[in-house]
Amino acid sequence: MERLPPLPLKKSLEIAFQSIRVRFFRSLVTTTSLVLAVAFLSYTQTWNDLANSLFLSHNQAAIQKLIQTGFDINENTQAIGESPKQQWLMTLALLVCVVGIINAQLMAVTERFREIGTMKCLGALDRVVLLLFVLEAGMQGLAGSLAGAFLGSIAGLLQSFFTFGSLIWSTFPVVELLQTASQAVAIGCLLSLIGVLYPALQAARMQPVVAMRMEQ
Amino acid sequence: MEHAIVRTTDVTKSFQLGDHTLEVLKGISLTISTGRYISIMGPSGSGKSTLFNMIGGLDKPTSGKVFIDEVDVAQLDAYELAWLRCRKIGYIFQTFNLIPVMTALENVTLPMTFAGTGSDEANERGMELLKQVGLDQRYHHKPSELSGGQQQRVAVARALANTPAIILADEPTGNLDLTTGEEIITLLKQMSIERGVTVISATHDFKMLNVSDEVIWIRDGRIDKIEQRDELNISVGTIDEK
Ligand SMILES: Nc1ncnc2c1ncn2[C@@H]1O[C@H](COP(=O)(O)OP(=O)(O)O)[C@@H](O)[C@H]1O
Ligand SMILES: [Mg+2]
Repeated sequence: MERLPPLPLKKSLEIAFQSIRVRFFRSLVTTTSLVLAVAFLSYTQTWNDLANSLFLSHNQAAIQKLIQTGFDINENTQAIGESPKQQWLMTLALLVCVVGIINAQLMAVTERFREIGTMKCLGALDRVVLLLFVLEAGMQGLAGSLAGAFLGSIAGLLQSFFTFGSLIWSTFPVVELLQTASQAVAIGCLLSLIGVLYPALQAARMQPVVAMRMEQ
Repeated sequence: MEHAIVRTTDVTKSFQLGDHTLEVLKGISLTISTGRYISIMGPSGSGKSTLFNMIGGLDKPTSGKVFIDEVDVAQLDAYELAWLRCRKIGYIFQTFNLIPVMTALENVTLPMTFAGTGSDEANERGMELLKQVGLDQRYHHKPSELSGGQQQRVAVARALANTPAIILADEPTGNLDLTTGEEIITLLKQMSIERGVTVISATHDFKMLNVSDEVIWIRDGRIDKIEQRDELNISVGTIDEK
């Protein structure tokens, strides 16, 4: 007996993209928690990046401003990084976000039992189903993370500007800010993929008969 | 004798329900030869869908064997099974089961995509199939924008996508009104004649009897009787009397 050729990646991407596009509102809801978490992450880090660049400028006025704003600076301080409280908040935000994604993806799989079963009847292998879910989550993750990183960076920039005024332009840390933003995007995508893994595996392993009998 | 496209030998299927076993199929042996229109008739709960799943390679028998084209389905690995479902068999369901996010044309071309057919060829063949089922004007419509009968027509076109040897239909008229159901039956019969595809349809719809070459009556998980076309009129008469 023969075997099917592998599904071309372009086709898989098309199918996954269409699925997101048609269910746009639902995709938006699924992605919102990710946008918020990534925005929070990049906001905090952008703010820290800018404060740190001011600190490293050794400009007395800037350092006075930093101390006024509440940064804990003394003669031993080497650089301004995230405070333990900020780290804790960020971790918590990311954790909540992953749980949110898992929950949303589990629902998406449940909603689509029949669709998955039908695809399997038409010749989709387990790994095709897996790939489709992962691609969908990856695209949602990328879009959500980009939006989140953008919003977070803007918010961080605005807050710095209103706090420190034009001082920030003199030491504007372009490279660090871009690094921060891309890191936030990468973390967002990773979270999205972690969140979809278990639901997608569940969908992929489902027997067509079981899938067809559900919902009836 | 003609080539047997489907053969089952003493197929049984049991389901474990808590601490007792429900035996749904109790030894089904049948031989179906190529190109015929077969109806599997029986009351609701008699095990038609379960048998449908066995023949379609969607589920495994508890004991006994299913041969498609003289290949033992139980011996196939996941890849070969996917090929069988994609190329050899076309499925039609009571609930149509079109992919809701895809248009009629995309639903029809999906099995071709799985089979490795290029987009242009798939679209061309897809449109041809839609034309054959009379829906080429509605190719860009989503299932939710089509009536039940139209959705089932798309499903028929989809089932034919990879020119399968067998069309398996589980209660294809079960969710349709009388006229629409008749149209689908006529369509299936026409496809079976024009394309020489073997149609196996599980049903309790007596309208199917008119077009069937052979009727396999199932009762309580066993074959009650098998009737050829020329023997049918007699039993239809008896049904009408009841
Ligand atoms: N997966 C299953 N688990 C338990 N019982 C099942 C399962 N599938 C079918 N049955 C039972 O098997 C019997 C026959 O079902 P089915 O094959 O769907 O009948 P039909 O299609 O003829 O109406 C029914 O009593 C049904 O409840
Ligand atoms: Mg049934």
